[in-house]
Amino acid sequence: MPIKHPNLKLNRMTDAIPAWVGEIAPDDLHDICQQVREGGGRLVALWGSDARPRGFMLHVVLINETGMVCLNVSLSVDQPAYPDISQIFPAASRMQRAAYDLLGLCAQDAPDQRKWVRHAAWSEGSFPLRKDFDAAASRSNPHLNPLPGGEEANVRSPAESGIQTLDDYPFVQVEGQGVHEIPVGPVHAGIIEPGHFRFSVIGERVLRLEERLGYTHKGIEKRFESMSLQQGATLAGRISGDSAVAYAWAYAMAAESIANVTPPGRALWLRALLLERERVANHLGDLGYLGNDVALAFGFAQFWILKEQVLRNNAALFGHRYLMDRIVPGGVTVNLDADGKRIIEQECDMLEREVNILRGIYEEHAGVQDRFIGTGRIEPKLAAQLGLCGMAGRASAQAWDARVQFATAPYDKLDVRMATYRNGDVAARVIVRFDELFESLRLQREILTNLIYEKESPTLLEKLPANGFGIGMVEGWRGEVLVAIHSDAAGKLTRVHPHDPSWQNWPLLEHAILDNIVPDFPLINKSFNLSYTGQDL
Amino acid sequence: MYQMLKQIIKTGIRTETPPHADEAMRLLEQRLQQEILAAFGGALSIRQVDAGSCNGCELEIHALNNAYYNIEGLGIKFVASPRHADLLLVTGPVSRHMEVALKRTYDATPEPKLVVAIGDCGCDGGIFSPDGGGENYATCGKVANVIPVDVAVSGCPPTPAAILQGILTAVSAKR
Repeated sequence: MPIKHPNLKLNRMTDAIPAWVGEIAPDDLHDICQQVREGGGRLVALWGSDARPRGFMLHVVLINETGMVCLNVSLSVDQPAYPDISQIFPAASRMQRAAYDLLGLCAQDAPDQRKWVRHAAWSEGSFPLRKDFDAAASRSNPHLNPLPGGEEANVRSPAESGIQTLDDYPFVQVEGQGVHEIPVGPVHAGIIEPGHFRFSVIGERVLRLEERLGYTHKGIEKRFESMSLQQGATLAGRISGDSAVAYAWAYAMAAESIANVTPPGRALWLRALLLERERVANHLGDLGYLGNDVALAFGFAQFWILKEQVLRNNAALFGHRYLMDRIVPGGVTVNLDADGKRIIEQECDMLEREVNILRGIYEEHAGVQDRFIGTGRIEPKLAAQLGLCGMAGRASAQAWDARVQFATAPYDKLDVRMATYRNGDVAARVIVRFDELFESLRLQREILTNLIYEKESPTLLEKLPANGFGIGMVEGWRGEVLVAIHSDAAGKLTRVHPHDPSWQNWPLLEHAILDNIVPDFPLINKSFNLSYTGQDL
Repeated sequence: MYQMLKQIIKTGIRTETPPHADEAMRLLEQRLQQEILAAFGGALSIRQVDAGSCNGCELEIHALNNAYYNIEGLGIKFVASPRHADLLLVTGPVSRHMEVALKRTYDATPEPKLVVAIGDCGCDGGIFSPDGGGENYATCGKVANVIPVDVAVSGCPPTPAAILQGILTAVSAKR
């Protein structure tokens, strides 16, 4: 996507995807973003880094049909500020707030300047991702210090330890006759990740939903900075456990881009095989839960039998049910022989047959369709305006799939058929999931015919070159997963930023629930199934 | 309806034999009497708390409800509130932002109660905590750093069978 701007000089990156990088001054950021937006482009990720003494840096990744541009904006050491771009790309708002919480980079004149990932674990004015961050000194609340030893005697109730309101967060309040609030979370009623939802309702009708995330913030980005390239790959696979393959691949792709190496063809075929298996497993699980959420327990029982069979085959063939640690920089740690191929082929045949039957049952079940159709709707126009992406985006006519637009090897040989639908409701997201599931079965079969079994030893990437910068992007089951790696003068990881598509899609969930009833929220939420840990980091 | 019944009959029963308790998973001495355990063992209510995990352990906890592990068939079910629960199933590492919520959940659970920590991160902080079990600016490390833990199940993530074994260990007495 070469952008034309007098103050922007773009250099092509050695990336698997068509990507360019260019350095700009903060003053030019607004104009360039505006230009990209008008050309139909969108924002993929925004993060900051501490490059002092040179200064702070803001990194903005924009994308359109022709490629990706990473704008590196150098900010001053004393006043790291840049013009707000959330008016151009609404999805930027939470990313900008996080960039302030973590690095102190300020988006000037942004309408929402509230904290986002910071609750009470560190105090305002200290920034964890700065290189001179002192974790101990930043602890504003003495009772947040870890309890020594974890002995029973040391565990005090909140009242005893004086913990009252640790996290004072100004929610937007809806006022009016008959309006009341339902606070939900962070500990939810189901087996779900933690987050807080503040519903403002009249009767059962939802007038407003406000999300408060950040509860699972566990310092992943800071953790990367003390890790070797290989340890980083292990961590990347655990940013969001349901997308272990997508993250590990994106991480490896970024590292390989910096080192300018291409993994062997066999490794790429295997990576794609694992990625499609991850997609199948997740869609099976969610399709089961979507049945469960509309009181069709039969759906849960059936789909989870199928999912379990996929997971067991994963364990038997690749050594891990969720395929963690199978993709490493430079290649893969797994292999597949003729017996393994046969097992996967049989599994694909079985799934095709069974899922077809179950799809027929879902489609003909009046109760199910009554709950699915028209529920949690995101119109294509709103989806485009706010930047809905991934599987949920495709259910709202956002025809974008990184496997199609930027078909990196081996997808360039696979001709992925993108699944899209216009209706944007729960039913549409169910249809897209079914379609993508069948497409993934077709892709797996095609991959198997191309995959040549070789007993070669893996050629793994040992170390990164100095002062490198690389980006990897992979279409995970939820949407596009991006990982950016910066290496320092010694070739060590100095900054790693993983970006989950949930950043873009969480704000749309606030819209999807409007005018729906509270009891439909679990159903709508599950139809998106966004990641908390992937955005909290 | 016919299609559904046909599919159910075709599927048959997939449930497998549950694992036995394993005393090696126990961190704290069993505090509950045999009579209470007998009652717990027959109808155990679990409140699951994700205190900051990567969601990997949750995937395996979900799997406990599938036909193969059929946890409800053993009289064990997941409930929506700690106030209804006998046992907390906690995944970690405990993020500092979840520390208070976890303590409050623990306090809201009526006595007698049990806690099972799930996964490497729940056991020792895992990959997110430097130097094994240590804390960082954002996490308190293992679950036992925040609330008392009866049984810990390691693994990344532990298999559903291992999680089930941990739960059954928590409600068993030393023989």
